[in-house]
Amino acid sequence: MLEQIKLKNKIFFTLNKVFSRSIASANTGDFIYKKLTQFFAFLVFLLVLVMGYEMYVGSKLSIDKFGWNFLVNSTWDPVKEIFGALPAIYGTLISSFLALLISVPLGLGVAIFLSELSPNWLEKPLSFLTELLAGIPSVVYGLWGIFVLVPLLRNVVEPFLFKHFGNLPFFQGAPYGFGMMAAAIILSIMVLPIISSISRDVLKSVPNSQREAALALGATKWEVIKIVLANSRSGILGASMLGLGRAIGETMAVTMVIGNRALISPSLFDPAYTMASVLANEFTEASSDLYLSSLIELALILFAITIIINVAARIFVWSFEKRWSSVG
Amino acid sequence: MKIKLFLFAAAFFALLSTLTIAQVQLTGAGATFPYVIYSQWFDLYHQKTGVQINYQSIGSGAGIRQVIEGTVDFGASDGPMSDKQLKQAKEKRGTEILHIPTVMGAVVVSYNLPSVKEILKLDGKTLGDIFLGKIYMWNDKRIQELNPGVKLPDRAILVAHRSDGSGTSFIFTNYLSKVNDEWAKKVGFGTSVSWPVGLGGKGNEGVSGLVKQTGGAIGYVELAYAVQNKLPYLLLKNKDGNFVKADFNTVSAAAEGASKNMPDDLRAILTNAGGKNSYPISGFTWLLIYKDMKDKVKAKALVNFLRWALEKGEAYAKDLYYAPLPKSVVKLCEKKIDSITVNGQRIN
Repeated sequence: MLEQIKLKNKIFFTLNKVFSRSIASANTGDFIYKKLTQFFAFLVFLLVLVMGYEMYVGSKLSIDKFGWNFLVNSTWDPVKEIFGALPAIYGTLISSFLALLISVPLGLGVAIFLSELSPNWLEKPLSFLTELLAGIPSVVYGLWGIFVLVPLLRNVVEPFLFKHFGNLPFFQGAPYGFGMMAAAIILSIMVLPIISSISRDVLKSVPNSQREAALALGATKWEVIKIVLANSRSGILGASMLGLGRAIGETMAVTMVIGNRALISPSLFDPAYTMASVLANEFTEASSDLYLSSLIELALILFAITIIINVAARIFVWSFEKRWSSVG
Repeated sequence: MKIKLFLFAAAFFALLSTLTIAQVQLTGAGATFPYVIYSQWFDLYHQKTGVQINYQSIGSGAGIRQVIEGTVDFGASDGPMSDKQLKQAKEKRGTEILHIPTVMGAVVVSYNLPSVKEILKLDGKTLGDIFLGKIYMWNDKRIQELNPGVKLPDRAILVAHRSDGSGTSFIFTNYLSKVNDEWAKKVGFGTSVSWPVGLGGKGNEGVSGLVKQTGGAIGYVELAYAVQNKLPYLLLKNKDGNFVKADFNTVSAAAEGASKNMPDDLRAILTNAGGKNSYPISGFTWLLIYKDMKDKVKAKALVNFLRWALEKGEAYAKDLYYAPLPKSVVKLCEKKIDSITVNGQRIN
């Protein structure tokens, strides 16, 4: 009897499967729709590959000439046609990490206040204002940097740092205002809305039962927030990584305040250069083939770094999610 | 309803009629520096003849590339094409490229020393040493010698330069290469160079922003930009030993001085030109024209435009802060234009 039922069930499921599949394949509209959307999805992937390939072809000349030296050479001399990307890579990474150093705690603070502490009537306008920061064009940030931030750094902040922390290698040299520090601060303001708004959404998505349970056990407000934060660690990390991605690719505002010199210096007062700035500055007037090819190679490196960071962010987030799902 | 239809039809025909008049369309691309006067010229010329010229100011380097690739009818550049580029163009396009100067620009050196009331004077050697970082204080002996009686402050010099590739940097570094041997050896000249010292600002506004804000700063900007924004700028010692202030007359004088031994292909770089009143950091901007063109209608339109620009167009230069070409150079240009052909035949 049991055997029979099992067999019946098996037949039923197989039939059902075959039947439903035949319906799906019989409907050409569905089929075309599926294939079309599939095609679009793969198109994105293809686009990335084509872009990478095109940049590789464009930079062939420079890759053949300089090889791996391109990555470690720190001379960028268009006249003698010696190109090395190290200062630009250094400037890009350092300015972005410094920006994160400032904006992650700040953004997290904003997010915690908005999701956990702020009264209802204040939350809406405040989150609207932080998100508004994301909508400001970067050239406006650049101008603000030149006319407000840089004079402030030159006249107040940098002399102060030099006076009190001048023996550290980070705060040496003449305080011009323009330089790594200005770039990092501008960038931190630009990535702040990304980090704060995504973190806020993440914090809000933590179920209220968690908070209520903690409160019921006698936790203080601060302890509740700690629990919420621990629950949303992966999301916050993802938000920071997205911010990093934005900072690395930012061009205009950074170009306007960073001082644009291919220089590797530990001092935050010194000018620096980022890959995006080099491209924005020099691409239009690059006339020789090798020069152009080197610029394209620089774009390729920027492209690769962006992809690596995003992939790393994903892997981080996934591994955290796994841990949390096993705990929960 | 009928009225709407009628209006629509009327608008359509109006559009069509403008299209039929503007049969001839030329495309050009290149330098950003002369964009203002070029767009004025193209606009006026369009009104006058119906010939439509589209110009994209994508930068001199990109303009030269487009000319070599043959994707435009003409190019424009602030720096002349190199011999290698000309050869490349000839191989790819099968014709020579002519350089036709259109207007002139100059580069001035602006500075920020609030305590100094007098206008400072410098010569090329000293200027080069400042930009090399060898002279780094304003009260340096060498600056003082050129400015007797001026009380120079004990202040560090901050050098500001263009961070973006530009014709302005090309002219400026070319001048320094001519007057300062060490500069020529160490840095050389080009639209972008490896600057030994200083901060880079994007565009004229970036450099002037640096100079205006920072006490003790020195930087170079286009003359037009300095005049429009009322920036103070240095007097420079020219080849004949006179201190000259940059203005339209001294810039045109530089071209006059250079026109006496102008190279045949008009690829003259005017920096450090001889002549009593010549301002030493000035330069042409060129249109890049194919010597032999394929399309007769286009070729004729382009040649007519060039003649018009040199005869009538030059008059608009000063209002837009460009220095017009002196008569002697216009004559050389016209001779060059006469040599343009269509499929080997002369254009009448």
